[in-house]
Amino acid sequence: MAISQDAHTVKQFDVQLANLRNLVLEMGGLVEEQIKRAIQALDDEDITAAREVISRDQIINGLQVKADEDCVSIIALRQPLGSDLRLIMSLSKIVTDLERIGDEAEKIARMTVKIYEGIGSPPSAKLLRDVVPMAKLAQDMLHGCLDALARLDVEKAVEVAQGDDELDQEFQSALRRLITYMMEDPRTIGHAINVIFIVKALERIGDHSKNIAEYIIYLVKGKDVRHVSMDVLVQDALKEE
Amino acid sequence: MSTTALETKVALDQALNLDTAPRKQSSVEVTDYNNRQTVGKITVDNPKMVCRGVNVYYGEKRAIKNVGLDIGANEVIAFIGPSGCGKSTFLRCLNRMNDTIPICRVTGQIQLDADDIYDKDVDVVQLRARVGMVFQKPNPFPKSIYENVAYGPRIHGMVNNKAELDDLVRESLERAGLIKEVEKRMNEPGTSLSGGQQQRLCIARAIAVNPEVILMDEPCSALDPIATAKIEELIDELRENYTIIIVTHSMQQAARVSQRTAYFHLGDLIEVGDTDQIFTNPRHKLTEDYITGRFG
Repeated sequence: MAISQDAHTVKQFDVQLANLRNLVLEMGGLVEEQIKRAIQALDDEDITAAREVISRDQIINGLQVKADEDCVSIIALRQPLGSDLRLIMSLSKIVTDLERIGDEAEKIARMTVKIYEGIGSPPSAKLLRDVVPMAKLAQDMLHGCLDALARLDVEKAVEVAQGDDELDQEFQSALRRLITYMMEDPRTIGHAINVIFIVKALERIGDHSKNIAEYIIYLVKGKDVRHVSMDVLVQDALKEE
Repeated sequence: MSTTALETKVALDQALNLDTAPRKQSSVEVTDYNNRQTVGKITVDNPKMVCRGVNVYYGEKRAIKNVGLDIGANEVIAFIGPSGCGKSTFLRCLNRMNDTIPICRVTGQIQLDADDIYDKDVDVVQLRARVGMVFQKPNPFPKSIYENVAYGPRIHGMVNNKAELDDLVRESLERAGLIKEVEKRMNEPGTSLSGGQQQRLCIARAIAVNPEVILMDEPCSALDPIATAKIEELIDELRENYTIIIVTHSMQQAARVSQRTAYFHLGDLIEVGDTDQIFTNPRHKLTEDYITGRFG
């Protein structure tokens, strides 16, 4: 049984659930903004902007704590069942992944500071060539799953989950290229390692987004699609009951 | 004057039932009248009771509509649903308690160990010894604690002498988790106990005649949380030896004590399934709306 859209007899319950969902979506919006600004700061070589990203991570951490408190309070007061129970469990898990994505954005900002703070020469453009396209993929995935959450759209969630493979492949090629540069010119090793951390962070954002997409499928369909093959995931998610 | 659609439908159902569910039918199969079908699997591998095409009428009103359901041996099954959905009515069919209501009429088939319990040769007193019942409000007899438990075994001639009876009373009270609280006051009236103790006394009384199935009609609704917890613990222990069918308004209770759950709505059995599935991922919208509190 999919999500019931009818109102609860206890109207306050509806209000609490709506507030919690809005809080999670607001947190998602902030996390998206953090990635965007972190990548922008890297592109602009702007240390000040990168430091702002680092300090803003505290706001996201605060929202995570607030969302978890709300989940606990709803469980204690309402003993949710059925789709309400799945909603609470999924949101609570989604919040954890969003917070981690926030941490990855912060990590990118820290690397930016590290790269451009020193007196040495900045990295050459070819070292950074994979960052922007990978960031685009990661941002699309995160945006897609927030969209799917807002509209409880399983098809969109499946699309996001399927997108993770492409990002993983991009990460592998980026890694190969960076290793080649380091072998060709050992002086690039310092910067290249920092760039590896950045592309790794982007790859992790894809993983967390895929997790969120899986929670959305569980929330809507009641099927746990973690740790299954992509074929099974697609089948479970799109099967009509 | 033309007959209404509803009257036609009821008449049709009656005709169908009379034709397709004769009393002495030995092998039964799932039937689906009027395209109304229960969601989930109504059959189990080792059924203790088998119900097919059960209808209950109070006068003209049809309170249970073509319900088919298996009750598995040694399982706890919970019946849930809003007030007036027929869950208690259906429960009372299972040991023919509805016989006591003059305007009540039951059609269809209910078997206990493959024997039709509505067969005219069935001794209703014997049936109720095999299928015991515990009610919503504790209702001990106005007799001593000892006599409350001893009454059933004595009238059923289950014991030969006083010593055997004493043992049986003690054993029943022990299984009901009450012995420690009452062993020093066996001769005090049953009504002198607290509500929770009285309910456990009623359970002891029910199990003293060694039933196979115990029907419980909201056994905890008049009890405090601690007494409720003791009864729930007891239900879990009794499951080893008995089949238990419990009607409850508390979904948390249904979720805690039962392995299967059946959801009734306006006389229809809407959905039946494993308790975990019913409370986390029900398949029918009515079930979902009821358990999440969206009803009406």
